[in-house]
Amino acid sequence: MKLFRMLRRHIRDAFKSVFRNFSLSVASITCITITLIIVGLSIIASLNLKNFTTEIEEDVTMIVFLDADTTEEQISTLTVEINSIPNVEEVKFKSKNTSKNEMMQESDFFKETMSTWGEGDNPLKDSFQVKVKDIEKIADTAEEIRDMDKVSVVNYGEEMVNNLISAFSMIQKVAIIMVVALIVVTIFLIINTIKLTIFSRKREISIMRLVGASNVSIKIPFLIEGLILGFIGSIIPIVVIIYGYTALYNHLGGVVYSNLITLIQPEPFVYIASLIILGIGMLVGMVGSAGAVRKYLKV
Amino acid sequence: MDLIRINNVKKQYKNGVTAINNLNLSIKKGDFVFIIGGSGSGKSTLIKMLYREEKPTLGEIIVGGVNVAKLRNRKVYVLRRKLGIVFQDYRLLPKQNVYENVAFALEIIGAKKEEIRRKTLKAIEMVGLKSKIHNYPDQLSGGEQQRVAIARAIVNNPKLLICDEPTGNLDPERSKEIMDILEAINKEMGTTIIMATHDKDIVNRMKKRVVALKDGRLVKDVEKGGYCSEAI
Repeated sequence: MKLFRMLRRHIRDAFKSVFRNFSLSVASITCITITLIIVGLSIIASLNLKNFTTEIEEDVTMIVFLDADTTEEQISTLTVEINSIPNVEEVKFKSKNTSKNEMMQESDFFKETMSTWGEGDNPLKDSFQVKVKDIEKIADTAEEIRDMDKVSVVNYGEEMVNNLISAFSMIQKVAIIMVVALIVVTIFLIINTIKLTIFSRKREISIMRLVGASNVSIKIPFLIEGLILGFIGSIIPIVVIIYGYTALYNHLGGVVYSNLITLIQPEPFVYIASLIILGIGMLVGMVGSAGAVRKYLKV
Repeated sequence: MDLIRINNVKKQYKNGVTAINNLNLSIKKGDFVFIIGGSGSGKSTLIKMLYREEKPTLGEIIVGGVNVAKLRNRKVYVLRRKLGIVFQDYRLLPKQNVYENVAFALEIIGAKKEEIRRKTLKAIEMVGLKSKIHNYPDQLSGGEQQRVAIARAIVNNPKLLICDEPTGNLDPERSKEIMDILEAINKEMGTTIIMATHDKDIVNRMKKRVVALKDGRLVKDVEKGGYCSEAI
């Protein structure tokens, strides 16, 4: 009962103090708002970057050409064998006739040349299209398939894929480091601002101590105040993320420059990003206040 | 039973200055004691040790059964709830009005709303500020602010009221008002009052126990005494 009474008072005091120290509250909230907008944008940018790089990586396909004299039976054995490699995600068989028809549709030149080819004298080869789970191990997987019976050529654009892998893993790492660094900077910036505002209330804290307030009951209102400041400071960044990103997505039609780079669907992505922002704002506000008050509880 | 016992207390600050040297003193319940002495006599240090802003280097200080020297920082509030403190610079919460400032001392101990209301109004009435209950400290004169501080100090019915130069910033007329209030508290509520001051007129007029300090040592301790200039 007494505990609830105290908690109610602490919450009331926290709200009161947000309004009575209005200019200081505005300073803290502005700082939180601006930094969280930047953090929000960087989170969106880096998650999108990660998204489209993984999508491109998933699109990488290995083509396995078979010897011309491979029988139907050998084909089905090979399908099973390739499927049994742990790193293989999906195997699709493409007969030489399918390949021929596809090529004929691509250009009139092919059409003219290939229309003379009959069932028996099609020089194209049967092939498998193999997708792998982990693109970084694609070379090993290719090697394994190459050693199989009746496999003539395995092709996955080694040079290009290798460059892609190293470039993308670099980009992803840099993006993560940037986001983490930005969040750390944000935390310090917000904590520092709150420290400054609490410094001006050092006297208030010492008076509380002198009148007989325990450390906990001094700290809790400041903690709740920090929570409130963090919450209010997150509102604008969240609005910017939800409406801004959705508008951007709709404006660009979900892609940047070409179909190669696709953006993440706004829903539920923006809500998750908003929750992250809200969490950072409130947590940092709370931790910042609590940490700053502790300094002055020694009178 | 003595409310305050000070046994062989020595206080040496970190910079090497010895503020209090081998001090012995006991104060009975219901006493009104002036502590006098010039600058650097150690009276501020003594007062600060009573409410544990400073810790003695040696010896023990017992206030209302609590050994102040051994009190841990986290537990200081236990002592402070037993006493009221009045400062020269009032130390009111600037963003809280008169009522809230006084009620604050009760809110932090988790008192019920009804009880807070009753006791707060009674304390404000005692210092004669009922008409300014909704004013903020910066809307009050110095004397009025000090009266709010006194109301806050006594609202909890403490056994001991510690006053550190409460009239230091006030003119003689306001000082007299403050002293009248303190005397009334001492008589009506039976509160023990310890007051550090260097106001000669007040000490001479009140005829209370006077403890004089010089260079950190006790030089005079008389019942119903006056201000002794030789101590300064």
